[in-house]
Amino acid sequence: MSKKYEYVPEQPLVQGNHTFSSITALIGDIVEKPTPMWWYIAFGVSNLLLAMLLGMIAYLVWEGTGIWGLNNPVGWGWAIINFVWWVGIGHAGTLISAILFLFRQGWRTAINRFAEAMTIFAVMCAGIFPAIHVGRIWVVYWMFPIPNQMQMWPNFNSPLLWDVFAVSTYFTVSLLFWYVGLVPDFATLRDRVKSKFGRFIYGFFALGWTGGNRQWQNYEKSYLILAGLATPLVLSVHTIVSFDFAVSIIPGWHTTIFPPYFVAGAIFSGFAMVMTLMIIARKIYGLEDIMTVNHIEKMNMIILVTGTMVGFAYVMEFFIAWYGGVEYEKFAFINRALGPYSWAYWMMFLCNVFSPQFFWSKKLRRSVTASFILSIVVNIGMWFERFVITVSSLAQDYLPGAWGYYSPTWVDVLTYVGTFGLFFTNFLLFLRFMPMVAIAEIKMVMPQADPHYYDENGDEPVTANEFAKKPDLNA
Amino acid sequence: MSKAEQQPRKVYGMLAEYSNPAKLIRAAKLVNRAGYQKYDAYSPFPIHGMDEAMGLKESKLGYIVLFHAILGFLGALALQIWTSSIAYPINISGKPFMNIPAFIPVTFELTVLLSAFGAVFGMFFMNNMPRHNNPLFSSQRFEKVTDDGFFICIEASDDFFDEDKTKKLLEDAGAIHIEHIFTLEDR
Repeated sequence: MSKKYEYVPEQPLVQGNHTFSSITALIGDIVEKPTPMWWYIAFGVSNLLLAMLLGMIAYLVWEGTGIWGLNNPVGWGWAIINFVWWVGIGHAGTLISAILFLFRQGWRTAINRFAEAMTIFAVMCAGIFPAIHVGRIWVVYWMFPIPNQMQMWPNFNSPLLWDVFAVSTYFTVSLLFWYVGLVPDFATLRDRVKSKFGRFIYGFFALGWTGGNRQWQNYEKSYLILAGLATPLVLSVHTIVSFDFAVSIIPGWHTTIFPPYFVAGAIFSGFAMVMTLMIIARKIYGLEDIMTVNHIEKMNMIILVTGTMVGFAYVMEFFIAWYGGVEYEKFAFINRALGPYSWAYWMMFLCNVFSPQFFWSKKLRRSVTASFILSIVVNIGMWFERFVITVSSLAQDYLPGAWGYYSPTWVDVLTYVGTFGLFFTNFLLFLRFMPMVAIAEIKMVMPQADPHYYDENGDEPVTANEFAKKPDLNA
Repeated sequence: MSKAEQQPRKVYGMLAEYSNPAKLIRAAKLVNRAGYQKYDAYSPFPIHGMDEAMGLKESKLGYIVLFHAILGFLGALALQIWTSSIAYPINISGKPFMNIPAFIPVTFELTVLLSAFGAVFGMFFMNNMPRHNNPLFSSQRFEKVTDDGFFICIEASDDFFDEDKTKKLLEDAGAIHIEHIFTLEDR
């Protein structure tokens, strides 16, 4: 038995020779440094897009939904596609913060804060569409169980109403989760920024956090419980979104695979969006030590897995349509692949199923450029997936006499483009004024945070290198 | 200044700084063993093993959350059953008025929502937050607690608190700096 075992240490989560205070400085100083020029330019463009969105909404409220490309037989167009797309993107944040937390994935700490921010802003963009789609937006409160003059209540049998509850709960819980994580970091900024107003405003939101262990104890418990609550929640939200389709009897929608397939797609697109934003942010703010290539690789693995799951679902849908033997169902799928919307179908297939397969290669998984390009391709593909599902099933369903072809109008397009204005306006404000990485959590995953890192007297071990080369345990 | 000359300022507690988590945990153990009750160990991040070192019991937050979860669950069911089968029953495609399976999604969501409120606001409540006027914030050094400072503060209201003995205990535990924290009125 002369086999020699070698100890392969796990890659450190934080690279570079960082101390606690250099991490605080790295992230905390971002809010204090003078605002860079690119920020003003980006913020200006985002504001213009946001103004355009508001203009489009005003036009819609004034004129009614007829200005969209909706007509018989396609009554659900870009609005629903965009809603599902944005809310899907919004799934990555809570997945990273909750599910990866429960699985004790330490690498989540580098990205959870701004993935959660992304979630909140994406859900805001998503929420706009069903709200303005109702037509008479001034009675939108009919969706909520609020007493009204007709003494009528919402229809709790309807998946569309479940959606109202699912999305608003998801938004609220994500916001609370985000805020709980932010409290210790707001305290860091409170103790750090020089301006009096900054101290006041960060101090206000830090709620008098002291960092006492009696606080940390409840805090950690609260975080654990929230993670435990958010995990089924995040899975339930896209499940209920898929019910909007699956509970109806339209061919191509009425399938039991929808909930898991939608959830996998949501995680897939959400991770892609986090990747896009992360690659930009780490470059601009010099956070390569925290958001390392190892993080990119791990995220790419999740993109590969979920992308392949989505691909499996596409194929399985086809199989079940054939195996189920329902004539209309069979037609719906063959029509998707070969009918008038086949261009969208193959676009979806190419982007969602084939493009992530590049990540089998370790070299591409660790390549920043490849990750950036593919992350955008994935999100284009996921938009087309929702397009294919929504439009192709409605345009050609049962009677050929009732078939049609759907095209969006310029208002549809500009409203969608405008939501990017809302998203990036919020996101840029977040990057500028909030700690974009969870400072306290990053410190927790550093080796110095572990009391056992220190020697018997409680002093630093001589050098970090020496610590890594501790006597071979198998010797 | 003149106030301090007239009468000694009232001490809120004694604040000792330690250089790293290992020393803080050791100091917390010693303070706990010496019998102090009103003290806390302050750090920029939660330290593994500190609850045991300080002899703290498990957080009771779970009970608050459970209460809210039950409230959300029963409240959601009551809302749906009352509105759709008592207040204004409407026949929707012949479905039963009390269509429990269809009520599950909303029940689930409201259970989670109320539990999350319990988890967040319950935590704030148990942590005495918001409290912006903590006497500890008068210490310049204490600002490091959210950066890389590790502190123990023993409050003067503790039965065992004694100027010299407490100071000696904190020093023996390896404190690198010790200072007095004064009450809010005497800051």
